[in-house]
Amino acid sequence: MAEWTLFEVFVRSKHGLNHKHVGSVHAADATMALENARELYTRRSEGVSLWVVPAAQITASAGDEKEPFFDPADDKVYRHASFYKLPPEVDQM
Amino acid sequence: MYAQQVDTGSKGLKSLDEMSPEERHFQEKVNAETKIEPKNWMPDGYRKTLIRQISQHAHSEIVGMLPEGNWLTRAPSLKRKLQLMAKIQDEAGHGLYLYSAMETLGADRDDEIDKLHRGEVKFSSIFTYPTLTWADMGAIGWLVDGAAIVNQVPLQRCSYGPYARAMIRVCKEESFHQRQGYEILLTMMREGTDEQKAMVQDAINRFWWPSLMMFGPSDADSPNSAQSMAWKIKRHGNDDLRQRFLDQTVPQLEFLGCTAPDPDLKWNEETGHYDFGEIQWQEFFDVLKGHSPCGVERIQQRKNAIDEGQWVRDAAVAYADKQKANAA
Repeated sequence: MAEWTLFEVFVRSKHGLNHKHVGSVHAADATMALENARELYTRRSEGVSLWVVPAAQITASAGDEKEPFFDPADDKVYRHASFYKLPPEVDQM
Repeated sequence: MYAQQVDTGSKGLKSLDEMSPEERHFQEKVNAETKIEPKNWMPDGYRKTLIRQISQHAHSEIVGMLPEGNWLTRAPSLKRKLQLMAKIQDEAGHGLYLYSAMETLGADRDDEIDKLHRGEVKFSSIFTYPTLTWADMGAIGWLVDGAAIVNQVPLQRCSYGPYARAMIRVCKEESFHQRQGYEILLTMMREGTDEQKAMVQDAINRFWWPSLMMFGPSDADSPNSAQSMAWKIKRHGNDDLRQRFLDQTVPQLEFLGCTAPDPDLKWNEETGHYDFGEIQWQEFFDVLKGHSPCGVERIQQRKNAIDEGQWVRDAAVAYADKQKANAA
């Protein structure tokens, strides 16, 4: 397998939904990766569309969840609807 | 279990106070049921244990195709051939999900497969037994996949994310395997000749004890089990899982109209469980040591498959290179 490329596989399970990561396959090229992914991840009609992406092409946020990378979002509660209190008379908004 | 006697390298459990800050943070996450993901820090022992367990599990899925492949061309009807083919293809898929999960830990698939071929890592003891009759396909689906399900359901909650997610997919597919196995036996018992019915009983006689052995010996005194439990790789003791399997299987056995090769098997009103006879563990240890009917043959078949398939992989790479050159 070492001579083959590792591809990450994404499946769209239904029309209107996002593609979702499901796993990976090894293949000699992208066409073969698609065929392998079909055999491995959609044997029971789990998808209507498949993406394969060479794993080496993915840039990921690294490290532990304690990384400060996501910190900027932590102190901005005013970005959530629940931060804004409405008088009972207004009810739902 | 598809992974048996996995060495954790543990000499005993550490308390939180004895751990390094990193280890403690890791253990607290595990205790809080937060999944460990590939890029998170993890103790070396945890990583090695998972690689051992997942590779053994993956090898078992792949080797497990062989005893069933033996019956593909001889299955009694086109329907049975298609069903068996679909089941075997699932096993290949399960092996691949698991190898992928293993690779997220930094293990190399080729290396791990080499280790299997050199006899340095094991596959499940159950796949070293021969499949002598068509009823064996039924007994394997029902008993062996049944035991595997009991084992794999708790693994869906394993602390390591990629392994747990692979298990969710595997468990979804396994229930078809168990049902198709039971249906094979049920059909033979309902519509078969006396000879075919005897075949069912014979298959059960041969696979009964080996299926119970799949869960591994009692883990009361095993430091490996205690460590795996603390890391939440393992959720239940081997004896608990074996009992769970037995309790759900005996009524199905009775419905078939068959018996178990165990004179001590009986319902215990007090405990609410079935009592059963003593398991002959020597056979299990002998099998793990390689003294088994088909152990050597299975590995040789796997090795041949890889060696004789080399030209196919080479051709695929040559074709891909050529396509790339043409496009450039």
